[in-house]
Amino acid sequence: MTIRKMLLASAAIACAAMPVSAFADTSTKKIALSNNYAGNSWRQAMLTSWEKVTGEGVKAGVVAAADAFTTAENQATEQAAQIQNMILQGYDAIVLNAASPTALNGAVKEACDAGITVVSFDGIVTEPCAWRIAVDFKEMGRSQVEYLSKKLPDGGNLLEIRGLAGVFVDDEISAGIHEGAKQFPQFKIVGSVHGDWAQDVAQKAVAGILPSLPDIVGVVTQGGDGYGAAQAIAATDRKMPIIVMGNREDELKWWKEQKDAKGYETMSVSIAPGVSTLAFWVAQQILDGKEVKKDLVVPFLRIDQDNLETNLANTQAGGVANVEYTQEDAIKVIESAK
Amino acid sequence: MTFRLSSDAMRLAIPALSLTLLLAAVFWLQPRAMSYVGLNLLFNLAVPIALATIAQMIVMAVNDLDLSMGTFVSFIACVTATFLRDTPVTGVLILVGAIATYAGLGVVIHLRNLPSIVVTLGMSFVWGGLAVLLLPAPGGQSPDWVRWLMTVKPPLAPMAIVASIIIAAVAHLVVMRSSLGVLIRGIGGNPRSVERAGWSIVAARGAAYGLAGFFAVLAGIALVGLTTSADANIALRYTLLSIAGVILGGGEFIGGRVSPIGAVIGALTLTLAGSFLSFLRISADWQIGAQGAILIIVLAFRLMLNRLEKQEKGR
Repeated sequence: MTIRKMLLASAAIACAAMPVSAFADTSTKKIALSNNYAGNSWRQAMLTSWEKVTGEGVKAGVVAAADAFTTAENQATEQAAQIQNMILQGYDAIVLNAASPTALNGAVKEACDAGITVVSFDGIVTEPCAWRIAVDFKEMGRSQVEYLSKKLPDGGNLLEIRGLAGVFVDDEISAGIHEGAKQFPQFKIVGSVHGDWAQDVAQKAVAGILPSLPDIVGVVTQGGDGYGAAQAIAATDRKMPIIVMGNREDELKWWKEQKDAKGYETMSVSIAPGVSTLAFWVAQQILDGKEVKKDLVVPFLRIDQDNLETNLANTQAGGVANVEYTQEDAIKVIESAK
Repeated sequence: MTFRLSSDAMRLAIPALSLTLLLAAVFWLQPRAMSYVGLNLLFNLAVPIALATIAQMIVMAVNDLDLSMGTFVSFIACVTATFLRDTPVTGVLILVGAIATYAGLGVVIHLRNLPSIVVTLGMSFVWGGLAVLLLPAPGGQSPDWVRWLMTVKPPLAPMAIVASIIIAAVAHLVVMRSSLGVLIRGIGGNPRSVERAGWSIVAARGAAYGLAGFFAVLAGIALVGLTTSADANIALRYTLLSIAGVILGGGEFIGGRVSPIGAVIGALTLTLAGSFLSFLRISADWQIGAQGAILIIVLAFRLMLNRLEKQEKGR
């Protein structure tokens, strides 16, 4: 008995020390990635991360296979057919970035009924039998104001740059930002424009609203718009406010230039495309028999003053800062949800 | 040659042959599919496509084309997941209204001599807009009886196969055997002679569109039964899939030459082609192209047979 306990303990240590260990008894299991879209840099990075991390996992014998499938068109009906094909192909788990939160529920239910573990991430599904690795966009917005409250204890006026109107993510992040402004009443949001998560749109929008604004001390953003905002503000004689960045390469590069030139300070926050690898490890843990709560939350990838250089060096030109998750990270996320 | 296939049978032979070939290939690649559950998984999403294809086929029988099929089915899906579940009476009224609108479109297209492509393209924005109004965010839930119907496990053959056979049989009876069906195909073939024979073309065209609307409504309901909930963009692909299904199944754009059984087979073939390519592990970038290639091969084959047929007739 004690020997068994000791073995278990040492195995646990081995697991924690070596994220990619061949110890797991999931070595015969096959995991598939069902992806609905591959048409932008974020999704490309997501697929590359998947290939890299799962490739190592397969080589180390953690799982037997981890194949990625992307539908040719970003359509729910097509992805539903893809999932049903995966059931036929005999996968043990399906990791899913869904085209629609609800339209795949029928296919997901079929998979669950066939005994397949379904883990959805980023684009999650509402079917209760599936696991969800969701992004807490609200917290992402709130944390920006919290950061500013530490940098600027006196508060002041903020400019908010929103994303694409009518999209769920935009509503959530904005709600979080306004919640933050309520929590730290020294800040007042004096203007709000839609930057559509694109630098050029953000630049135009910010340039348009600037003349009507009082002094601003900070710009809260949603990612993909910080560089455009900086360009628009630099074209005026205003003092550069603290612009929260969104992990895009051009944003980080600008931040680095400003940091070197005049000690500019800010932070950057977004979701790493490598979240697909977190979903992979979570699926592996579930297959391994671990008890995992159905709803998990993805940690953000936050870049601060001191780790800016390393993150910038790791980010491709025109890309997004990324992080690949390990089995250890997945276990941490699973445990924090309990 | 003493024995000759009728041209109708010939028309059916090619789609049936391509479906058999594809099915054999899929079974070879994935033996697991050769079972009750496997067949259902392969084909259950083809049921709404088959219904939409029949709807498109009826519109094509009167020499028109319906470009709003995808958004219309999406709209019906949204109605099914909201009104039809919560307030069935209102839901049914909306569905009846939608069918009536379709019939009205047929009448307007005929009376004003409008190109159907333009009218239905315009309507596609109307249906799309209504769908977004109903369900701004994806959601809703399928009525229990619809869900039951689409997941029922009949003896002998899985639901998807039984449903396909029923759809094909009913559509065949309506379009090929009933007087209304003959009339509809007559309009596609030679409207003037139909008119001279004393029939009202306006009424027949309206009826054709109404019938198409009815099948499209069934497609939307069936789709929600499979997905359990709806999304305003759920069926956008159906516009092109339904046209491709009709053509693949031996129908033609003009002349009222259509084949309901062929259309159902065409829809099944298209669905199966997707699974076949995914079992082959063809990358997503090539899949659309490969799907197109399958279409072209089948069409080329048909053209070749048509030519042979003509040559023999000329002799």
